[in-house]
Amino acid sequence: MRRETNFFKQLDWWSVVLYLALVVIGWISIFSAVYDPEHGRIIDTTQRYGMQLIWMVSAWALAIIVLTIPARIYPMFSGIVYVLGIILLMSVLVLGAERNGSKSWLVLGPVNFQPAELSKVFVAMALALLMSQPHFKLKSWRGSLQTAALILFPALLILMEKETGLALVYASFLLVLYREGLPSWILVFGLAIVGIFLLTIVLPLLTVLWVILIGCSLVTILLSVKKWPIFLRLGIFTLLFFGVPRLLSLVGIDVYAYVEPAQLFIGLSILLLLFSLIYAFVKRISHLKVVALCAVCAMGFTFSVDFIFNNIVQPHQRARIENLLGIDKDIYGTGYNVHQSKIAIGSGGLLGKGFLKGTQTKFNFVPEQSTDFIFCTIGEEWGFVGASVVVVLYLLLLLRIIAIAERQKSAYGRIYGYCVASFIFFHVFINIGMTLGIMPVIGIPLPFISYGGSSLWTFTLLLFILLRLDTSRQ
Amino acid sequence: MDARSPQKQIITVVFVLCALILIVRLFVLQVVNKEYKVTAFNNVLKYEVIYPARGLIYDRNGAIIVDNQTAYDITVTPREMKDFDTLAFQEVFSLTREGMMQLMDNINSQRRKIGYQSMVLLKQITPEEYARFLEIAYKFPGFAVQSRSIRGYETPLCGNLLGYIIETDPKFLEKNPEYKAGDYIGKTGLEETYEPYLKGEKGNTIYLRDVHNRIKASYENGAHDKAAVPGKDVVSTIDAPLQAFGEQLMKNKVGAIVALDPSNGEVLTLITSTGLPAEYLSNFSKHYSDVIVDPLKPMFNRAIMSAYPPGSVFKLINGLIGLQEGVLTPETKYGCSKGYHVGRGVACHAHPSPVNLQQSVMMSCNAYYCYVLRNILDNPAYDNISASLTKWRSYVESFGFGHKLGIDIPGELSGTLPSAALYDRYHGKNRWKSLTIISLAIGQGEIGATPLQLANMAAIMANRGHYFTPHIIREVVGDTLFRPSMERHDVLVDRSHFPVIVEGMYQAVNSAPGSGATARIACVPGLDICGKTGTAQNPHGEDNSVFICFAPRENPKIAVAVYVEQGGFGATWAAPIASLMVEKYLNDSISDTPARQDILNRVLQGDLLYRVLK
Repeated sequence: MRRETNFFKQLDWWSVVLYLALVVIGWISIFSAVYDPEHGRIIDTTQRYGMQLIWMVSAWALAIIVLTIPARIYPMFSGIVYVLGIILLMSVLVLGAERNGSKSWLVLGPVNFQPAELSKVFVAMALALLMSQPHFKLKSWRGSLQTAALILFPALLILMEKETGLALVYASFLLVLYREGLPSWILVFGLAIVGIFLLTIVLPLLTVLWVILIGCSLVTILLSVKKWPIFLRLGIFTLLFFGVPRLLSLVGIDVYAYVEPAQLFIGLSILLLLFSLIYAFVKRISHLKVVALCAVCAMGFTFSVDFIFNNIVQPHQRARIENLLGIDKDIYGTGYNVHQSKIAIGSGGLLGKGFLKGTQTKFNFVPEQSTDFIFCTIGEEWGFVGASVVVVLYLLLLLRIIAIAERQKSAYGRIYGYCVASFIFFHVFINIGMTLGIMPVIGIPLPFISYGGSSLWTFTLLLFILLRLDTSRQ
Repeated sequence: MDARSPQKQIITVVFVLCALILIVRLFVLQVVNKEYKVTAFNNVLKYEVIYPARGLIYDRNGAIIVDNQTAYDITVTPREMKDFDTLAFQEVFSLTREGMMQLMDNINSQRRKIGYQSMVLLKQITPEEYARFLEIAYKFPGFAVQSRSIRGYETPLCGNLLGYIIETDPKFLEKNPEYKAGDYIGKTGLEETYEPYLKGEKGNTIYLRDVHNRIKASYENGAHDKAAVPGKDVVSTIDAPLQAFGEQLMKNKVGAIVALDPSNGEVLTLITSTGLPAEYLSNFSKHYSDVIVDPLKPMFNRAIMSAYPPGSVFKLINGLIGLQEGVLTPETKYGCSKGYHVGRGVACHAHPSPVNLQQSVMMSCNAYYCYVLRNILDNPAYDNISASLTKWRSYVESFGFGHKLGIDIPGELSGTLPSAALYDRYHGKNRWKSLTIISLAIGQGEIGATPLQLANMAAIMANRGHYFTPHIIREVVGDTLFRPSMERHDVLVDRSHFPVIVEGMYQAVNSAPGSGATARIACVPGLDICGKTGTAQNPHGEDNSVFICFAPRENPKIAVAVYVEQGGFGATWAAPIASLMVEKYLNDSISDTPARQDILNRVLQGDLLYRVLK
């Protein structure tokens, strides 16, 4: 039991402090969001802050239990836990209770419980186990198929429970895979596909084409004539697109009188791409061929998305997608939540209105103000300073987790650590981004802060298993 | 493991970048952008307006003419509405099926927009509807009754005098930002002129409300709340019983009665017929469309707007000008053989001849005043007729003609008064002479006067040479700075010339039978009424009946002008009506003698509308 004597020394107290800070901030925010002078006592289980107190204490008990279990147990039982978890997810589909249109809750006596949240823990453990096997190769067919199946199967089950947001969280595994050697172009390619898809829906077709062409031209310029210094190549690019019309206008020819800037840019880009394609064939440079091919594909993809979205997708489906993307500006209808959320946060100002003085959240203008939109209370009552502090606390915790993951000797510990970081990052960025109106409205909670036992337990488990692994790293 | 793996670096950079994005976005929303702070206030602050009680209007004897009463509106909160028995609702408010459907459309169109707020559905329901609704209100969740203060009319008086209250329209709000939508303002009459005093100051209570529009608390413990300040009461110079009596007399006749207190210019009555019925006033918008299409034009306040030919009453002024100019003496006599037969000529009725000035007034001789006007206009003291007409005009203007008198209700017009330039335009320069415009002698032709100007002229006669600006409001209660405009104006004719004319007016009313006096019908024993009839030619039909008078002869208390469109001779309708007004005012009632009662009944039953509507 040599390890146990070092336990307190080995425990990453920074993470524990950050964790406690976020949980306490969460409780204060929930208290403020649902505060009602008629219920004066703090321990009042009819009120959400009273319940959250129970969740917090039980989560800490859970953390202590997690810390007392020997570290080697976790990899050992990862497989079994995963199988049990899958069974749990399946049983919800049969036994689960419906709530707000999703069937993801298990009712165990007085406690409602959401296995889809908890699934993060066992999928992370199983993924760490799988990928830490000595013969595992991510780039092999077998490895990539195993990985995909392990991640996508529970994600599919969660989708079937109609918890789209929690299923989307599984996309954060891409970061873990990237860390473990997934080629970056897959990530870039995936991001590009999603990006173009979103842009096509949000922006006019011409603008998207313009963005694609400019992007590809930029890459072309950067890849060609590598002998020249990079600033020279960037200079040529800038000159071509901005300087030429300007120079022409100096000699009295107003280019923009004849063509729209966007048209001019597209025309120049097409010329440039054609030129670079010919240049690539002559000089046998494969990079440029790929770029030119990408540009053509991207434009084709854009046209097809545009066509499919406007002609084949049914209007109500289109409305739902647009709503998800926040295009719907109907502030009395589907856009109401984000509009009110922005009002609440925006009205906070630099220093906020003060504890319990937020009117927008307290009087229910913001929906879900103690769960998904809890950040509004922070923004309104503590202002830019308070909200930024919370963002910075999350960033510090994330950086801390990365540092912990990187110092693990076992691949299991490292992979698991990245899973934790990816989950927290995804939740935080999407959730806060949503309240600020820059991310689609995906109903996922803010880790450690949002009201709810399932979420708090899950993230506590995730974090403290990592801390337990970390204490035994030597 | 290699702590410097490029992936770790990139992931770290991504995390930091994303955190920066969030912080920048927070900065933009919270510090840079101010719009959200305003919206948040709009979200949460609920201003409940407290409407002040509008000031009351009193008559000259302290009786309330206009006060405030409570009206009930039906409001609905669409979000709280459930399915209800529309048929029962229809019955309670006596709605048609179409009306009901229109209401439902109205609710549905507002539903999403107003959220948990409520809207007014039916305005000013009747007391019966109110009672019926209260009985079964539980059947209509989301509907409620909201009380509102409206004007109450203790004595039903002519709407053109009092004015009415109406909800502000968008055009008005644009020009008057101090008013808000939903406010009511006074329109026409006293309500409009004295709006600044009557309206009072709105108060408000500021509440914090939640998303369901439920009031949660008072905002900062009411530190910003404001109590409503009631409007100031105004005391008018109107004699309410006399005004009501005059309106009765003018029933079914078109024209106007104006009565003044000559000693100070106070308006005792200001009647236009046909005017806005008193019963329309409390809910004017409901009757607006009826009023607009009425061929008798009730919105047109004849008493202060109509430019009527004054007819023979104007002879008094020509006589006074003649005396002042020295072209006429009280002893001057002219013969009349049924008219003045020079040029186009002017006809006259049969009366003893020749007559002196006083007799000419008494008998209303046309020929006499043709001589008088020609003497004035062809006076060799002036270079030409333009100069003499201009002089004549300045005299007439000093009697209050040709310009607004400045009465304190809106819409007064100036009447018409010809100038030399006008005749130059009509006939060409130097192409006209006194004979061309001889009809001015008897108050015809290019002269038009409002009944108010005629009453003012009667007051000048009563005062023997001056008048005070007519006004209707004497006092604003609690406003010591308020002064009614009652400036004294002296006419350009010397006071010494008045007695002979006044004597003629006295004789016209009080002479013995057979003397040729024109207004004997207006005689009330003991009241010493002095009057002058007029029978103004009217190209649209029968002559207009005109009469001005004042009484008593010494220390006059009342000056009256009556104008009855198409009433025939002045003595037929205008004179008896004026005498009844004087008698009512001075004696409080009409005497029981058969002669007076006959006159009263004839006037009350007289119906001349068929002539006007022809």
